[in-house]
Amino acid sequence: MTARDPYALPTLALHAGAVPDPGTGARATPIHLTAAFVFPDSEHAASLFNMERSGHVYSRLTNPTVAVLEERIAALEQGVGAIGTASGQAALHLAIVTLAGAGSHLVASRALYGGSHNLLDYTLRRFGIETTFVEPRDIDGWRAAIRPNTRLLFGETLGNPGLDVLDIARVAEIAHAHRLPLLVDSTFTTPWLLRPFEHGADLVFHSATKFLCGHGTVIAGLLVDSGRFDWVASGRFPELTEPYEGFHGMVFSDESTVAPFLLRARREGLRDFGACMSPMNAFQVLQGIETLPLRMDRHVANARRIVEFLVAHPQVVRVAWPELESHPDHLLARRLLPRGCGAVFSVELKGDRAAGRRFVESLALFSHLANVGDARSLVIHPASTTHFRMDAAALAAAGISETTLRLSVGLEDPDDLIDDLKRGFRAAFRR
Amino acid sequence: MRLQVDGRGVFVYTGGRRFDPAAPTVAFVHGTPHDHSVWGLQTRWLAHHGWSVLAFDLPGHGRSDGPPLSSIEAIGEWLPRAIAAAGASRAVIVGHSMGSLAALEAAGRAPSAVAGVALVGVAFPMRVSDTLMNAARDDEAAAFDMANRWSYARLAHPPGAPAPGCSAYVAALRLMERQPRGTMLSDLAACNAWTGGLERARALHCPALFVLGERDQMAPPRQASALIDAIPGARVVEVRGCSHAIPVEGADELRDALADWLRGPAFGSPNPGG
Repeated sequence: MTARDPYALPTLALHAGAVPDPGTGARATPIHLTAAFVFPDSEHAASLFNMERSGHVYSRLTNPTVAVLEERIAALEQGVGAIGTASGQAALHLAIVTLAGAGSHLVASRALYGGSHNLLDYTLRRFGIETTFVEPRDIDGWRAAIRPNTRLLFGETLGNPGLDVLDIARVAEIAHAHRLPLLVDSTFTTPWLLRPFEHGADLVFHSATKFLCGHGTVIAGLLVDSGRFDWVASGRFPELTEPYEGFHGMVFSDESTVAPFLLRARREGLRDFGACMSPMNAFQVLQGIETLPLRMDRHVANARRIVEFLVAHPQVVRVAWPELESHPDHLLARRLLPRGCGAVFSVELKGDRAAGRRFVESLALFSHLANVGDARSLVIHPASTTHFRMDAAALAAAGISETTLRLSVGLEDPDDLIDDLKRGFRAAFRR
Repeated sequence: MRLQVDGRGVFVYTGGRRFDPAAPTVAFVHGTPHDHSVWGLQTRWLAHHGWSVLAFDLPGHGRSDGPPLSSIEAIGEWLPRAIAAAGASRAVIVGHSMGSLAALEAAGRAPSAVAGVALVGVAFPMRVSDTLMNAARDDEAAAFDMANRWSYARLAHPPGAPAPGCSAYVAALRLMERQPRGTMLSDLAACNAWTGGLERARALHCPALFVLGERDQMAPPRQASALIDAIPGARVVEVRGCSHAIPVEGADELRDALADWLRGPAFGSPNPGG
């Protein structure tokens, strides 16, 4: 048995990290839209700067509204803490650069969001951090890719574009056997569907832009630390266990037994790279999280109706969703995701690239855009947007076809969504 | 830093500064099943305001070699030796929960080595419920759940410890999980068995400070009253809205109480940082 919070997730989603505002009694979390915080006196200021006391100095480092969100997601994930960032990309970057530098190596799943792939395969390589990509189902491949300078293993709970389900426990076992942490992108699943720490992951990040916010209003990221990885015993992370001259010679693992990663990430990465979260955005994400369990259940229920409709449609070649028995990770998904496999999936239509374009452009309720996890249903046709330069062969190499659509099912009435999709089929396949 | 005490390795956090045995020394003793890091928001401040700090990982806890010391008497006997091993001849001992009992015991056993005792979240007798003892023996995770549930009064601890954005509650769970199996049972049994509290309190000849949590469910303030009555002149501070995890949930109040007491007349004048 694992020790856990005494409160259930729906309760934590409303309460964790927040108390009525001591100054005004405001019950909702106030938006502390201020760049900096007044010091009572110089001595107090010095002790804040030196981490002798906990408090707020400057909103790039910490902010009371952002801190409520950080403590809330930490409670939902059962982590020791979190850091709010300007975007999910910023959260991934912060995790990596806290542990890796020039000469370091990462092992990552090949089934990644395109933005994450760009960061790893192009941008970080330019800064001397190399990544080996492996097929997420190739467990031996994960093991074989690890080198003496590897610092991190990384995958998505549900990979892109085929919704490959990451076998977190097995990959974590490989990581831990090499005294390395496993970082997981849990954006598609949220803590309501899957809590990666319960399966052995050490670090989790979210693009909070998606289901956590849930309304398509802000760009935000969250990086959460389980507190379980023993950085001292690992011996592979002097960034956390040796004096850091950039912060008065602080040894982060001496300061905190369970949260040295977060201390360094905030005191170095957030401080120096500066990709912090706005308190306004934190408030919007908090509002979203309050209804996360309700919304995710509805997202999943709607997705099931839509998938059922699509699978039976004669103009559909295949639907990639792990709840379907045809998905290669179906059994793993049943074990890891008993509440459902989220609301984002891809569908391949019959026909050609033009049919896919006509389908998307005829929809009225599904919004044609590059995002997922909105309360509204979304759709994108990669072959005519994000991947428009690629020919059929290049698309196939990327795991998609000329008629692949990615759907993010929202909270509308499912019958209305199905009527909308029927409109798309009529437009795509009219004679 | 690392010390050798009785031939075993001991980890000691010194507040982010090199330990100076010439400065007035404050030694911190954690409760069960914790380590030095629970004192982060008191130790670092004191170490940067004129005191020398020794925050021990007790044997068998954190990064110190095991096994755990099996009685309060043994911890009380060990503490002066550990302080001496660091090069200090005398220290104020600040103890939390089990550590507070050990501080009182150490003061009785080695009065010349103990300049004062601060008893945080103390109760005497510190009887442990059968439910918690049985859980510590049979299902440690359940015991951690119980101890944590009774140790925090709120779902938020403004501002978070050790920094904003940290969940003090989950951090405490993770810290307990890291201790070797059986540590909590050993510690709880030591607390349960200790009978020397009133005797040690009546014989105390050094300044004493009590810091109690108003809403402490593990060691309710009323259960410290016999000890308070036995120590004339003891200072008592009650932290409002706080349960048993006072070093974390009442971090600022505890630090202020310690600083005010250490700078006060009980320790002469002038005082460090005063």
